[in-house]
Amino acid sequence: MIDLSTLTIHACHQLLQKREISAVELTRAYLDRIERLEPRVKAYLHLAPELALAQARQADARRAGGEDNPLLGVPLAIKDMLTIKGMPTTAASRILEGFMPPYEATVISRLRALGAVFLGKANTDEFAMGWSTENSGFFTTHNPWDLTRVPGGSSGGPAAAVAASEAVAALGTDTGGSVRQPASWTNLVGMRPSYGRVSRWGVVAFASSLDQVGPLTRDVRDNALLLTAIAGADPRDSTTMPLEIPDYQAALGQDIRGMRFGLPREYFTEGMHPGVRQTIIDAVATLSDLGAHIEEMSLPTTRYGMPVYYLVATAEASANLARYDGVRYGHSAGADTMWENYRQTRGQGFGPEVKRRIILGAYALSAGYYDAYYLQAQKVRTLIRQDFEQAFAQYDALITPVVPIPPYKIGAAPTDPVEMYLTDILTLPTALAGVPCISVPAGFIAEDGASLPVGLQIIGKPFAEATILQIAYAFEQATLYHRQTPPLAHD
Amino acid sequence: MTRLSADEVQHVAELVKLKLTAAEIELFASQLSAILDYAAQIQEVDTSQVPPTATVLPLRSIMRDDVTEPRLSVDEALANAPNRQDSFFKVHAILDGSQ
Repeated sequence: MIDLSTLTIHACHQLLQKREISAVELTRAYLDRIERLEPRVKAYLHLAPELALAQARQADARRAGGEDNPLLGVPLAIKDMLTIKGMPTTAASRILEGFMPPYEATVISRLRALGAVFLGKANTDEFAMGWSTENSGFFTTHNPWDLTRVPGGSSGGPAAAVAASEAVAALGTDTGGSVRQPASWTNLVGMRPSYGRVSRWGVVAFASSLDQVGPLTRDVRDNALLLTAIAGADPRDSTTMPLEIPDYQAALGQDIRGMRFGLPREYFTEGMHPGVRQTIIDAVATLSDLGAHIEEMSLPTTRYGMPVYYLVATAEASANLARYDGVRYGHSAGADTMWENYRQTRGQGFGPEVKRRIILGAYALSAGYYDAYYLQAQKVRTLIRQDFEQAFAQYDALITPVVPIPPYKIGAAPTDPVEMYLTDILTLPTALAGVPCISVPAGFIAEDGASLPVGLQIIGKPFAEATILQIAYAFEQATLYHRQTPPLAHD
Repeated sequence: MTRLSADEVQHVAELVKLKLTAAEIELFASQLSAILDYAAQIQEVDTSQVPPTATVLPLRSIMRDDVTEPRLSVDEALANAPNRQDSFFKVHAILDGSQ
């Protein structure tokens, strides 16, 4: 019986290459583990065992025919914001219950061409609006490190699936931190690529100027592998940049000696958990030992990140979610008139957080408030971008925490939305600036007998994913926190 | 202090065609007031010389050759429709006979 607890994409690749295991055996092992653990973890909204085994059989046949690549036959979890042919896509919303996409996302087609295996669709906050999966229209996912706590969100399902070894790796989406924050809370490596690096075609739209697909993996090497597979311009997404994809693997193992890192003091906020603060202080010491020069600096517009994000993202969401009208797909209330059917379909289909954000976004765009809220937010967004541009004239990367607090108990989130939205203040400015960032395991906080993971955020220049992977890899290899497994690893 | 009234929430809900319960309207009025209050801090920033950012990319219109590609069949396109008739999405009448 193969030990899945620490299995990576590159380790699978070796086993598959040497014929020590077949893709079918590997996929069965994951499906068995999913069956055993899902009652406790609840990472998946939809499982596709037959499709996965068929893909695995194909992968084995391709490999027998002489083909080879690191993803051929590797079982993955995919966030339910991405369309896959043959599987329902719901975005964890009742309004899309039963929707079977007649097409699939470009990133999924690329993975399919490489022969990756899709185990199923993983849970998320409804339309990726949240930080815990508690806003899912179906159920809440549990954190494998402490099943009484949230896994983070919105990509909490994919993160929990990988952390519980119910998948080798996963794809999530990050609009304001939704890959990095759950990665931080489940001891995974999670990347938000530069805006424009990865195609959004076939991904359920939340906020189009912010949404990006990103890999959630057990180590940095896997992250580089998965990014290589999904990155690149797409004729179907005119917001992808026509740039060469560097050799991300080649960046791993290169020295970070002499690199200059900024430590923005605004990211060490009031109310930050002392364990998070200490973890980052320790991480800075590690990076110094590796030969990097680190100094405190300032990103003065940081505090505007939260209000700007919630005005811009909700405005875009209110427009994007207008398509859910009960006519072409998804839930329909069956009311007697057209207008009443729109009202009832949307009122029944959307959950509370989605409704709150649609109303906020539409208000910010409405006559009389557009200039004061939406347009002003877009202008302050320019200043936030300029802060990062100025910082990167001096530094190779910025080093920050990912989340100010460790994962909280399910049901224990603050009920005040302002207080709750503050959970992702450290991931919002980077999303607004479109810069790439990665969360890498940086240690643990002991709380109530549980060991709670803490991530380190490394922020790079636009399209400098290779640099942040290089730094993340150096840090990972110096600390090896990524090798620690949650209590249920061998259940 | 921004105060969003229940009437304003109801008005915006009507603009976005979202049926809310009386309890939701009350709750959103108070929660959105708090959020807008917090968001009002962006108004202290002098942006008189600052252009807005709609996208972070330098890209402009992307052109492609005008060639057809395989598209969804009618059945594929209609497969998820709650109501269809022949090769159409079926919707309620917008105009009544008198108009």
